[in-house]
Amino acid sequence: MARMKFLCDAERCIECQACVTACKNEHEVPWGVNRRRVIVMNDGQPGERAVSVACMHCTDAPCAAVCPVDCFYTTADGIVLHDKDLCIGCGYCFYACPFGAPQYPEQTAFGVRGKMDKCTFCAGGPEPAHSQEELTKYGTNRVEEGKLPLCAEMCATKALIAGDGDVISDIYRKRVMQRGGRPQTWGWQSAYGEGV
Amino acid sequence: MSKHQEATTAKRRWRSMLWTVLAVFFLAAALPSASYLFAQTSSGELPQRQFSEESETNPRSDMWRSARRGEGGFTNQSGPYVTNELINNSGENYRQIRMGPLTTVGGWFLVVVFLAITAFYLLMGQKKIDGGRSGQTVVRWQTYERFLHWLVALGFVILAVTGLSLLFGRTVLIPVFGHVGFSAWAEVAYSTHNLVGPVFAVALVVMILLFIRHNVPNKTDLQWFKQGGGIIGNKHPSAGKMNGGEKVWFWVGVFALGLTAAVTGFIALFPNWGFQTREIMSLVLILHATAGILWIGLFLGHAYIGTLGTEGALEGMTRGRVDVAWAKQHHDLWYQDVLASGEKPVSEEELKARKHQTGPSGSAAGQQGS
Repeated sequence: MARMKFLCDAERCIECQACVTACKNEHEVPWGVNRRRVIVMNDGQPGERAVSVACMHCTDAPCAAVCPVDCFYTTADGIVLHDKDLCIGCGYCFYACPFGAPQYPEQTAFGVRGKMDKCTFCAGGPEPAHSQEELTKYGTNRVEEGKLPLCAEMCATKALIAGDGDVISDIYRKRVMQRGGRPQTWGWQSAYGEGV
Repeated sequence: MSKHQEATTAKRRWRSMLWTVLAVFFLAAALPSASYLFAQTSSGELPQRQFSEESETNPRSDMWRSARRGEGGFTNQSGPYVTNELINNSGENYRQIRMGPLTTVGGWFLVVVFLAITAFYLLMGQKKIDGGRSGQTVVRWQTYERFLHWLVALGFVILAVTGLSLLFGRTVLIPVFGHVGFSAWAEVAYSTHNLVGPVFAVALVVMILLFIRHNVPNKTDLQWFKQGGGIIGNKHPSAGKMNGGEKVWFWVGVFALGLTAAVTGFIALFPNWGFQTREIMSLVLILHATAGILWIGLFLGHAYIGTLGTEGALEGMTRGRVDVAWAKQHHDLWYQDVLASGEKPVSEEELKARKHQTGPSGSAAGQQGS
C-alpha cells in the first residue's frame, strides 16, 4: 500500500493561496475553519519563504494519542482521519498537534468548540464513501475515486505535492539534484520521523 | 579528653565543614560570573571583535531553524484556531506528560491510595469512641456551614467522576462501554465538568474564607503531629476545633490544590479570553489534572476518616451535633472552649422536647421542606 504524505517545496511556493481556496471550496469548509493555511517567513524581506501547512498525517499522530475518546484512526494509506460522531470538542488534539491542524467551528466560553475539523487528505471520513453524511461532515472523498488531494492538484508551481511518500520523495530529490542546495522537507521530521 | 570536649570538637568540625561547603558553592557561582563585571565595565575600551565571514550563519538556515523553534510568520487565513507558527513543539511535551506520568503515575497513585485505605480499615477497623457514647451532644457545625460543606462536596464528587472519566476513560471505560457508548458519556462528562466547575469554584472560595479562622496553625498541631495524630495506637493528642490533620487537608488540599484547580480550570474553560496560547493551555491542562489527582487522593483520606474511619465524626457534618465523648476524645481543647462559652451538652430527650416546644409555631417554616 501507499503511504500518503504531503510535501511543500518552499523554493517553489509563491504564496498564491490557491491550495487554501481549493480546499475551502471543494469541502465547503465553514468560515473561520482553515484546513490548510499558507505561512510566510520573513515576509517582505529578501529570502522570504512560504510554506503551505495542513495536517501532515503523521506516522505516530499526537492528536490520536491524546484524544480522550479515541476518535482517530489511520487508514491503510497512512491517512489520519477522525470520527466526528465520537468527537467531544475538548481541544486536546489542537494542543498536541505540532502543525496547528485541528480546527473547530467555535471558540466560546465554557470550552464549547463544536466538532473538530481537519484536513482529510480528501479521503472523507468513516461514513460510506460519497454519502451525504460524509459530504457534510468531512467534505468530498477524492481518494476513493483514485484522485489526489485537490490542494496539491491545483498547485500552479507544483510546490505542494501529495501522494505516496516514496514517489513524492523521488520527485523532490530530482528537483534538489537539478537546482542544487540542500533538501528542506519541512515538517517531515516531526510528522514521519525522517527526511527525504 | 572528656566526653564534653569531644562533643564540642565534633561540633566545631561539623560547623567548619558546613561553612566550607557553603563557601565552595557560593564561590563556584560567584567567581565565574565576576568576568561579566569586567566585560561590562570595560566594553567601551576594548575594540568590538570582528567575526570572520566563515563563522557567520547562513540566513536560510537561520530561517528554518527559527521556524523549527516555533517562531511565527505571516498568514492570510483567519479564525479562532489558526496559528501563524510553522511548527509547535510544546504539543509533544503535552502528549508525553499526559499520556506518560499523568495517566500512569497518577492512575496508580489513586489506586494505591484507595487500596492503602481499604487495607488500613481491614487491619485497624473503625476508631471507636472510648467508653461508648455519652448520649449528650454539643453543636459542632452550624446549618450554613454544613450546607456549604455539602455543596462543595457534591461539586467535588461530580467534578472528580467526570474529570477522571475524561483522563482515564480511554484506558478504563472504552473497553467496557465501547467507543460510541463512552463518547456519549464523555460528552455529558465534559459539559457537566465545565458547567459545575465555576459554581464549585465560587462555593470553594466562600468555604475557604469561612473556615480559614478554624485552620490557623498553632503549637498544639505540632504536638499532634509528633504523636502521629493518634491514628495508630490509643493516644489522643490534644486538638482544638480542627486537628493538625484537618488543617493539612484544609491548607494543602482545599486551599493550595483547590485554588490551583480552580484558577487553571477557569483558564482552560474560557479560551475566548484570548491570551491562551497552546503552550499556556497545555501547561494549564497538565497542572489542572495534576492538582485534581492529588486532591482526589487526599480527599479519599478525608472521606474515610470522616465517615467509616471514625465513629461519631460524620454526624458533626450531617446533624451538626457531636457526642460529648467524641468531642472529649478528638477535640478536647475545642470542647473546653464550647463549655467555656456557656453552651451546655444536651441529651437526646431534651432535644426532642425542644423540638416539640418550638415545632408547631417556631420552626414551622423550617419543617415545610421535609
